[in-house]
Amino acid sequence: MAKLTIAQALNQALELALAEDPSVVVLGEDVGKDGGVFRITDGLFDKFGPDRVIDTPLAESGIVGTSVGLAMAGMKPVAEIQFFGFIYETMDQIASQAARVRFRSLGRYSAPMVIRAPFGGGVKAPEIHSDSLEALFTHTPGIKVVTPSNPYDAKGLLLSAIDDPDPVLFLEPMRLYRAFRDEVPEEPYRVPLGKASVVREGTDVTLIGWGPSMALVLAAADELVAQYDISPEVIDLRTLTPLDEETIVTSVQKTQRAVVVHEAVRTSGFGGEIASIIQEKAFLYLEAPVLRVTGYDTPYPMTMFEDLWLPDTSQVVTAALSSVRF
Amino acid sequence: MTDGIEMFPLIQRLDEEGNLTGELGVLSAESLKETYTTMRFLRTFDERAWNLQRQGVIGTYAPFKGQEAAQMGAVAALNDSDWLVPTYRDWAASYLRGVPMEHGLFFSKGHPSLGDIPVGKQVLPAQVVIAAQTLHGVGVAWATKLRHENVATVVTFGDGATSQGDFHEAMNFASVLEVPLIFFCENNQWAISVPLAHQMHAETIAQRSVAYGIEGFRVDGNDYVAVANLMHDLTERVRNGEGPFLVEAVTYRLGAHTTADDPGKYRGTEEEDTWGRRDPLLRLEKWLRAQGLLTDEELVTLDAESEQKVEEILAIFREALSMSPLVLFDNVYATMPTNLASQRAQFEARVKEVGA
Repeated sequence: MAKLTIAQALNQALELALAEDPSVVVLGEDVGKDGGVFRITDGLFDKFGPDRVIDTPLAESGIVGTSVGLAMAGMKPVAEIQFFGFIYETMDQIASQAARVRFRSLGRYSAPMVIRAPFGGGVKAPEIHSDSLEALFTHTPGIKVVTPSNPYDAKGLLLSAIDDPDPVLFLEPMRLYRAFRDEVPEEPYRVPLGKASVVREGTDVTLIGWGPSMALVLAAADELVAQYDISPEVIDLRTLTPLDEETIVTSVQKTQRAVVVHEAVRTSGFGGEIASIIQEKAFLYLEAPVLRVTGYDTPYPMTMFEDLWLPDTSQVVTAALSSVRF
Repeated sequence: MTDGIEMFPLIQRLDEEGNLTGELGVLSAESLKETYTTMRFLRTFDERAWNLQRQGVIGTYAPFKGQEAAQMGAVAALNDSDWLVPTYRDWAASYLRGVPMEHGLFFSKGHPSLGDIPVGKQVLPAQVVIAAQTLHGVGVAWATKLRHENVATVVTFGDGATSQGDFHEAMNFASVLEVPLIFFCENNQWAISVPLAHQMHAETIAQRSVAYGIEGFRVDGNDYVAVANLMHDLTERVRNGEGPFLVEAVTYRLGAHTTADDPGKYRGTEEEDTWGRRDPLLRLEKWLRAQGLLTDEELVTLDAESEQKVEEILAIFREALSMSPLVLFDNVYATMPTNLASQRAQFEARVKEVGA
């Protein structure tokens, strides 16, 4: 089995999807000859040609809006938004259009499309490139929100997202694209949407994260075991919508403590939703308040203060300790 | 200033006095009689819908009175495999493409069936965000091109939509991708209370085609003969891969933007009178009368038949109101997520408790 990065795993998934299904098209800015600014679509243009891997004009609403039309007329577009922060320009076409096609047409039409976007910070990108805006979409009925954190999941989740009959926002942790390698089977396989992964079993505190924050959650877990003799259970949500509440609640009922970690700003972040679900469904099991480790309520800072602003492993360790010692 | 009017002269075949100034082209006297009959019914429906809102039977309604010729002409050349991507005022165009007329009432009522397009009819459900559907139209046409289908798509929108970014992104995408699409603008002169002159500084909408490297046309939107013939020509050319095109159909909304505004506040009666004389129904009626194809007695019969049809639509509409509100949960996702299923159960209990 080959050891691949997330970037390579995603590339393989797209290649398989294009080969499997003639209605799949990949479109976006620079996805063709250039292979995408993060090279996720590398080589696909040469293999599948300009009718399947399409360089579009520079217009985000245009990319998503035409994808809605393509999808309603029977194609399966996989659109790339070059950086997640540019998603604001597509808000209407995602939230008011793609997400509502099925509802609006009483099931007569659907928009089976995927919008891929690099997600999260930590790579010293310019303004607006690194914002974590997933909560805008978990707050939008009709669209699914998926974010892998490792190469195996990246490939399996992307293939599931492309199969899915509903629009899927697929957020790719930018900082983890090439951070490490994992064994990834060459053949197509699917990781189901809506199913969280218990990455590490433990008994003392549940650490919950997704996408880019999984890197620090896992590092914090190692540290808690090695230095503090604490046994953390780690959950990678993988899909935010639909949310696997059962895995979260079962885990917290066992460990009686929870820490949620995300890069997005704190207020109205998805961490609040997780805390609320735990409070509703596992209140009598809790031994400590549910804690959040998040970004601050400021615009995402560019390069200079980025590392200071982003949650880091030590903050996760501190939160876990304060939960256990509450 | 530009010379848009000079570059894009108004195409007209039937003037406001009902005189033919061009050829009937692909149309015949018989087909025009039929068109007039439909137009008369559509006008009756539209006026009744207005009254229904005033009676509280439906919610906000956007009338198309005055735009019948433009809408009917826009789809006149489409066949079963072609697509229409309409906006929320285009009930006449949608009706001609096989969408039941009660959908116009459903839309205003917020009835979920508003988008339940009959299977086989290639029409997208109306949505309200101005110009959003222009991109959907490009996507639909693009899909037909990628599949090598010999199909034309018409996307309709108002003059206000041409101020939106999505319209410009759609024009640009369509021209770059050379999709088989006709952008059909119903320039009814007013975006709610803002006149065209305050909407843009160009003389015509048609000239916007120049910037995108496609052909544009300006047609008298109250002249069905001109619109239908132009669309026959362009639809054929689109099928031959010559598209996309932009058509500006110059028309006028004879009433309010919706049942929620009063045009008396923002425009003069002189203008309304001028356009009243250009009513697409009047000129077709004048021509048909002059041909001896329409009499006073027939008009009385036509009106009675139109009223009858509207009553039938209303009966279907009233019947449909008994729909279960639980339908709200059924089409959010293809498969209902667990947490939504649990909310549905809570909603069901509430419906039982307070009554639907």
